Amino acid sequence: MSEPRPIAPPDAVTEPWWNATREGRLMVQRCATCSHVQHYPRGICTACGARDLALVESSGCGTIYSYSVVRRAPHPALEAPYVVAIVQLEEGPRLLTNVVGCSPEDVRCEQPVAVAWEDLPDGRRLPLFTPQES
Amino acid sequence: MADRTPVIAGVAESALGITNRTILDLQAEAVAGALDDAGLALRDVDGLFTTAVSRFSVAQVAEYLGIVPTSSDGTMAGGSSYEMFVAHAAEAIRAGHCEVALISYANNQRSAKSRTFGGVIDEHTPEAQFEQPYAPLNPISLYAMAARRHMHEFGTTSEQLAEVAVAARAWALRNPVAFRYGKGPLTVEDVLGSEMISDPLHALDCCLITDGGGAVVMTTAERARHLPKRAVRVLGHGEATTNQGMASIPDLTDTGARVAGTRAYAMAGLGPGDVDVAQVYDSFTITVLTELEALGFCERGEAGSFVEGGRIAPGGDFPMNTSGGGLSYCHPGVFGILLVVEAVRQLRGECGERQVPGAEVALCHGTGGILSTHATVIVGLD
Repeated sequence: MSEPRPIAPPDAVTEPWWNATREGRLMVQRCATCSHVQHYPRGICTACGARDLALVESSGCGTIYSYSVVRRAPHPALEAPYVVAIVQLEEGPRLLTNVVGCSPEDVRCEQPVAVAWEDLPDGRRLPLFTPQES
Repeated sequence: MADRTPVIAGVAESALGITNRTILDLQAEAVAGALDDAGLALRDVDGLFTTAVSRFSVAQVAEYLGIVPTSSDGTMAGGSSYEMFVAHAAEAIRAGHCEVALISYANNQRSAKSRTFGGVIDEHTPEAQFEQPYAPLNPISLYAMAARRHMHEFGTTSEQLAEVAVAARAWALRNPVAFRYGKGPLTVEDVLGSEMISDPLHALDCCLITDGGGAVVMTTAERARHLPKRAVRVLGHGEATTNQGMASIPDLTDTGARVAGTRAYAMAGLGPGDVDVAQVYDSFTITVLTELEALGFCERGEAGSFVEGGRIAPGGDFPMNTSGGGLSYCHPGVFGILLVVEAVRQLRGECGERQVPGAEVALCHGTGGILSTHATVIVGLD
């Protein structure tokens, strides 16, 4: 990888989430009032409007909701072809990610995947996903 | 009581394609053209609706034109902004906040080479932390994921997506100002053989990148009685805004267009079967399939087969994007105003070789961002 990935620094709300990545833990946010689970971390529950939210650990497992093989990279950090995907976690929330550890041709919708981690230059880790052994 | 029913009195395009001109100069050209078409003057304008010029777009354009609007909107909602503006101007006219509303847009992105494949993400947004690191093409990869999901759920094929681009080209060959006018027909094989950009979308599944602009002048039905062109009424409108990021879209194959369309039909007292000609945003071929379903022109999952066999091409039984659309006519970044311009011309019977005979009701639908913003406007002859 010739250049680091384009990524913004954490802010006050997201810093605890990013700190958990340093220990290889993928977190999601859970509402203390209505138990709604959401991602990315934010200052309000999108289900009930409450502001008392806590991070809980995700299993790191999910399925691919959809994906695209990018053939022309917009940034020198990644070499095309690579897979951009929306993964639906077991806990419910979806996140954008890259699917790695397999040929782009072998990626499918509804494929089971598990989190894999990539080190970032500042010590944070970025959650990627890889097809799960069945 | 004066009839304050909002109507469209004038429309115009600016120069299109590769102009080497400024955004404001292109806007001025479109504004002058639309006012001339309406039989009104700049001094008559007291409402201004524009965006994507600068941080203070309304102030920028008001000053450039030398007007002082008493009603305005500069909402930036990408491709649906201008369907929203027609709706918001209609409300302002009905409520008496303005008498003559000017809606204008221009962009010189092709000349200025201001477009990037990664899109522009503000550093303070969640996307900058949680989506940009994965280097999606923005917006292409999101629409590609919508296409992939549509294929997964419904068996839609790349050939069916290509039919949308093939039909758009056929319409553009009947529009002398279209960017691809005179460039010959497209085939499904041409589309499938073009460069794959973000699987399953090829280069020819994606809209053009051109300069261009347009303007729409609206006023009251009462005032329009004294104007030269036949007025076009705003019969109904609706909108829905669903997401900013890629992972936050509730359903990639059933978008906010369903909410927008349902509201517009209810307000107009009409349904999909009443629409004589449709102008729906074709940022990508898949955008059209999701819109056809969400707007009720076919059942969910059936848009792929709906567009087969030339149904949406000239001579087909569902005339759509008769200008040639963003795929083959022009796409100056935010195409929504040109959907309205073409709809009005169709209703007035001004479209020459591409005229849909007897069109009395037209539907315009804008889709902005990454399936983020959705706005429908239904217009009809006064």
